Amino acid sequence: MRAVLPPLGSPLQILLLACSFALAGYAGLRLLSGDRLGVALWFVGAAVLHDLVFLPLYAAVDRAVTGGLGAVGRRERTLYVRVPATLSGLLLLVWFPLISGRVATRYESFTGLSADGFAARWLLVTAVLFGGSALLLALRSRREGRHGPPAGR
Amino acid sequence: MLGLVLLGGITVLFVTGLLSYAAYNPDLASVNDKTPDKGLLGFYLFAWPTHPYWLYRLTQGVHVTLGITLVPVLLAKLWSVAPKLFALPPARSLAHALERVSLLLLVGGALFEFVTGVLDVQLDYVFPGSFYPLHFYGAWVFFAAFVVHVVLRAPAAVRNARRMRAGKGREEEAGGAPDFPLVAPRPAAATVSRRGALWLVGGGSLLLFGTTAGQCFDGPLRRTALLAPHGGADPGSGPGGFQINKTAASRGIGARETSEAVWRVVVAGPTGTVRLSRAELLRLPLHSAALPIACVEGWSTGDQWWRGVRLRDLAALVGYDADAAPDVLVESLQRRGAFREAALRADQVRDPRSLLALEVNGEPLTPDHGYPARVIAPAVPGVLNTKWVARMTFGDL
Repeated sequence: MRAVLPPLGSPLQILLLACSFALAGYAGLRLLSGDRLGVALWFVGAAVLHDLVFLPLYAAVDRAVTGGLGAVGRRERTLYVRVPATLSGLLLLVWFPLISGRVATRYESFTGLSADGFAARWLLVTAVLFGGSALLLALRSRREGRHGPPAGR
Repeated sequence: MLGLVLLGGITVLFVTGLLSYAAYNPDLASVNDKTPDKGLLGFYLFAWPTHPYWLYRLTQGVHVTLGITLVPVLLAKLWSVAPKLFALPPARSLAHALERVSLLLLVGGALFEFVTGVLDVQLDYVFPGSFYPLHFYGAWVFFAAFVVHVVLRAPAAVRNARRMRAGKGREEEAGGAPDFPLVAPRPAAATVSRRGALWLVGGGSLLLFGTTAGQCFDGPLRRTALLAPHGGADPGSGPGGFQINKTAASRGIGARETSEAVWRVVVAGPTGTVRLSRAELLRLPLHSAALPIACVEGWSTGDQWWRGVRLRDLAALVGYDADAAPDVLVESLQRRGAFREAALRADQVRDPRSLLALEVNGEPLTPDHGYPARVIAPAVPGVLNTKWVARMTFGDL
């Protein structure tokens, strides 16, 4: 029986990737010169955490919302929840250290600024986003009510 | 679409990031360089200019603000390509296997760079090591994978762009995608169109931009930066009320060591050493300069009116012609911290706007802005404007 070798693929592509790996290796050795395990864990962990934990989590929450609205026959209203929730979640994701207060002591000591306002301002922005979405939905529902329900629902 | 935005955006991020490293003048003195084993990766370094005086404020403001603005675009791109992660067979050929390894560097690198950057500007130092080497070397690893990804994908992207312009839809849509096992066999009716999803990503970017960019400006604009670390209110009111990087208390600077009776600045050069009190400094020729504070964290202040003794005049006190003033090593009273010592290059010392400042906006410096005396120089990163100056050694470094 003959061993089946995997095909090589495009030699140009292999050459380009080799160049890329050479540069990445040159920088990577320096990146890993300190806390080797910690850095490697962060580098690979970021990708794994995103693709295998965060992404399924977003998707599951989104499905729950769509499914919940679908159960009450309002699936087409998903966007009125999805848009404000995504935007608010995005702000929380980016500014989590400040909003959660986990850096409050260092922040106040370093900058002389108060760390108190972040959570309140995030909640305020969230309230405005959901409030705006609710208002838009109410206006559209009223218009639809006046002109009769759209066909197909 | 997302790919094009990221192609442009990440290129700008990479270039402004490299510029930020150059702005520290790392090849001038070891105290300025947090990545001394950079080797060939420092090939591009050049003497950072003093003109225009807002140069670092611009490049670093763009770097941080753009980075935060691109977070939704990056997430959407990762989300849209996630099914490819599970494509089978894992490798069709050696080239394909290598490309998939490269994708790990691309995705891991992008997330690593964005996460370390976003954490650092919020002073959340949980990453494994010092920010500078992690973000700098991480950027090169990421960029190596990014460039090859762009080159390998360019032909398909151009084809897609042509098809879309011709109104024919994307290749995958037209031809199907048989090697995607994650494509839902019976997809539910869409709740959002492709255009709608792009609008949401754009809206997210706009929201992040709108609540961040204000931290590069004073007055009412700063208040629009609702969630950025240096948005909202200023720490104080009056002439010294503008934004602070590190307060005196956080650096362990006490009132006694900065008092008129105790504090002296030591100026050293070839003709010897001069010790000057604050009162003696105030009797030297004083000059003004309107310069901003621009931090590596991406925030900055508007121009402040600084008044003090020109660095070139101090060089002249210890044996140099002011027009031929050399480099200077500046040491702070501060006992710890990454930049308690910093070096400025000869052209920065010679610039008439570079001062050992004693006053700001018409009043003596406040302790948090470096009383009794601090360096202020045009276009340099904030940390090179040493506060609570204790010693200045002029000479070629």
